[in-house]
Amino acid sequence: MIVAERKPMEAVASLVAPYERILVVGCGECVTVCMAGGEKEVEVMASALRLMRGKEGRPVTVETETVQRQCEPEYLVPLDKKAEAAEVILSMGCGVGVQFLAERFAQRWVVPALDTKFAGGVREAGVWEERCGLCGDCVLHLTGGICPVIRCSKSLLNGPCGGSHGGNCEIKRETRCAWQLIYDRLKGLGRLELLTPVLPPKDWSTARDGGPRQVVREDARL
Amino acid sequence: MAEGFEPKIVAFSCYYCAYAAADVAGSMRLEYPAAVRVVELPCSGKIDPVLLLRAFEEGADGVYVAGCLEGDCHFQRGNLRAKKRVARVKALLDEIGLGGDRLEMFNLSGSMGPRFAEIAREMTERVRRLGPSPIRERLSARGEAAGTNPGREGDLP
Amino acid sequence: MKAGGRLEALLERGEFVVTAEVGPPKGASSKGIRSHAALLKDFVDAINITDNQTAIVRLCSLAGALHVLAEGAEPVMQITCRDRNRIAIQSDVLGAASLGIKNILCLTGDHQSFGNHPGARNVFDLDSIQLISMLKGMRDEKRFQCGEEMKVEPRIFIGAAENPFADPLEFRAVRLAKKVAAGADFIQTQGIFDLERFHRFMEAVREAGLHKRVAILAGVIPAKSFGAMKYMSTVPGMSIPRALLDRMKAAEKPEEEGVNICVELIRELRKVEGVRGVHIMAVAWESIVPTIVERAGLLPRPQAALPA
Repeated sequence: MIVAERKPMEAVASLVAPYERILVVGCGECVTVCMAGGEKEVEVMASALRLMRGKEGRPVTVETETVQRQCEPEYLVPLDKKAEAAEVILSMGCGVGVQFLAERFAQRWVVPALDTKFAGGVREAGVWEERCGLCGDCVLHLTGGICPVIRCSKSLLNGPCGGSHGGNCEIKRETRCAWQLIYDRLKGLGRLELLTPVLPPKDWSTARDGGPRQVVREDARL
Repeated sequence: MAEGFEPKIVAFSCYYCAYAAADVAGSMRLEYPAAVRVVELPCSGKIDPVLLLRAFEEGADGVYVAGCLEGDCHFQRGNLRAKKRVARVKALLDEIGLGGDRLEMFNLSGSMGPRFAEIAREMTERVRRLGPSPIRERLSARGEAAGTNPGREGDLP
Repeated sequence: MKAGGRLEALLERGEFVVTAEVGPPKGASSKGIRSHAALLKDFVDAINITDNQTAIVRLCSLAGALHVLAEGAEPVMQITCRDRNRIAIQSDVLGAASLGIKNILCLTGDHQSFGNHPGARNVFDLDSIQLISMLKGMRDEKRFQCGEEMKVEPRIFIGAAENPFADPLEFRAVRLAKKVAAGADFIQTQGIFDLERFHRFMEAVREAGLHKRVAILAGVIPAKSFGAMKYMSTVPGMSIPRALLDRMKAAEKPEEEGVNICVELIRELRKVEGVRGVHIMAVAWESIVPTIVERAGLLPRPQAALPA
C-alpha cells in the first residue's frame, strides 16, 4: 500500500488559512488502512480545523467526504457539488489522490494534508515499513525476495558495503542490513550461488524520470 | 480568567467502573462539582478521537475519559487503547493550540465512589486554573449557544 | 602494463608497496595538499586522494590528484558512486586519464547522512563493483558502459576497497572475488587492528586463489590518542582488540604508542602471504607517515623506471 502521514497541523492550517469554506476529502484505500486519511482521520481533521479557526475567531465551514478511491476519476464524480461550494479542497489522499482531485476540479485550489511516504506494509500493528522502490524492473528473484534497491541505503546490487555491522545498517543502526537479510535467507535456502555473479548496472530508465510512467492494457480500454 | 468562571467538563465514563462509581458517589451523598457532565460509554475503549474533539467544539472547557484500573478492563485492553488515544488527542490539542492539559485519562474501579468525586474535583480545579476554552469564549461572544456550532456539518462517523 | 604507472610497475616487480592517504581541504587552497604530497613523495609509492570522504564537501579528487602529480608524486584518485552517475563518472575518468592520472580507486562512498549535507540526494546509479567493471570495459575493450566504442581508452590501474571486518563475515571473501572478477587490479583494505580476524579473511582469500589475481594492500591507521582509537572501535566495520585499547589507555605518550602499534602491525602484515603492500591512512595526521614508514623498515622506497 501507499503509506502516508499527516502534515503538522500548523502546516495544514497555513495551507487553508485564506479560505472560509473547506472541503476535506478522504480516501478509502491505502491511507485508510495506514490510518492517515480515511473517514475517521477526515473527521478528526475537520474538527481540528474548526477548533483552530474557532480559537482564532475566524470560523470556518468544513465539509467532509471520503470517497472509495481518489486515484480513479469516476469515484470523484459524486464530489462535484461539494467541490463547487468549497473554496479549497484539502485532500487526505496520497500524492496521487491530490493530483486526481486537482485534475477533476480545475477551478478549485487543491492542497495536500498528508505527506506521502512510501510503498510498504504493516510490519506490526502501528508500524509501517517501506518495501518497494517502484523501480519498474523487479530483481527480487535474484535476491531471495528481499529488495536491495529500496532496503539497502545505497541500493547496492552486489552485496553489502563496509557498513554492515552485526546485521544492521550503519546509517540507522536499528535498521536491518538488507544484504545481511538476503545472505541469511539465501544461505537458509541453499541458494548462495545467486550471489556470485556480478550483476550489471541496473537499467534505471524503467524507474523515475522521463515524465510519468504508464501501464496500458488494451483489453481494458473503452 | 473570566470572572465567576464555571467550567463545563465532559466525563466519558466506562459503564463498568466510572459510571458505577458515580452511582456509588451519589448513594454516599458525596458532593462533586456540577461542572461535570457524565456520558456513559460501554467501555472506555469505545472512545473515539472525534468524540473528544467534538466535545471541545461544542464548548467544553475540559474533557476526561474514565476507565477501569489497568489490568481490570471488562474487555481486556479497552482502557489501554483509550489511554493511547487520549495521549494522541492531547498531542493534537497541543498542536492546534487548545492545550493538551484540557484532556485527561483517569482509571478507577466501580466501587471507588469517593475517588470518582475526587477526580471530578481535581479536573474542575485544573480547568478553572486553565480558564475557559477559547472556543467557548468565541461561541458566547457571538451570542451562540454552545451546541449549535454552525461550522459543523454531518453526523459523527 | 595496463596503465604504466609507478604503483603498477612496483607491484609487477614484486616490491612490497607503500601508499598513503591525503584528504583534500575544505576550501579552494592547494597549499596543504601540495605540502603533504611534497612531504610524502619520497616515503610512499602513491598517494590516495579521497573523494569527499564521509560525505563532507572538499576540493575534488581530480584536482587533488593533479596537485599530487605536480609535486612529482603518483596519485591514486578515489571515485565514489554517491555523487555521480555513470555519465559523470566516465567523463571524469576520461579527463583524469588525459591528465596523466594512472590509478583510480573505486568506492561505494559514505552515505550522505554522515556528512555536512545530510539533505542531499544520493546517486548510487552504480555500486562499486559495477564501477570497477565499467572502468575495465573502458580500458580493455575501449567501450563505454552503454557498449559504444571510444577512440582512445583511459589507461587506468583499477583499485577497489574491501573491509574484512564488516558483516556478513563469510561473505567478505566472496565479495572480494566479485571485485576481482569485475576487474580490480589492486585492493586496499579497511584499517586493520584485529590481526586474528584478518588472518581468517586472508585464509579464505588464499583458498579462493584471489591473492594471486589481485594485489592486496593492507590498510593501517595510526591512532593519535586513546580517544581516537576508542571512537574508531565504535565505527561499524571496525574491529579493535581490547588489548590494543588497553595499551593506548595506559600509554604515557599516546602518540608514540599509536605509532608503535601501527609499526608492529605493518611488520606483522608484511609476513602474511598474499599481502603485497600497506596503505597508511593518517588523514589529518599526514606528517607522521614518514616516521611510520621508516620505523617499519620500508625505506628507502624503490625507484621505478617509468616511461617518459
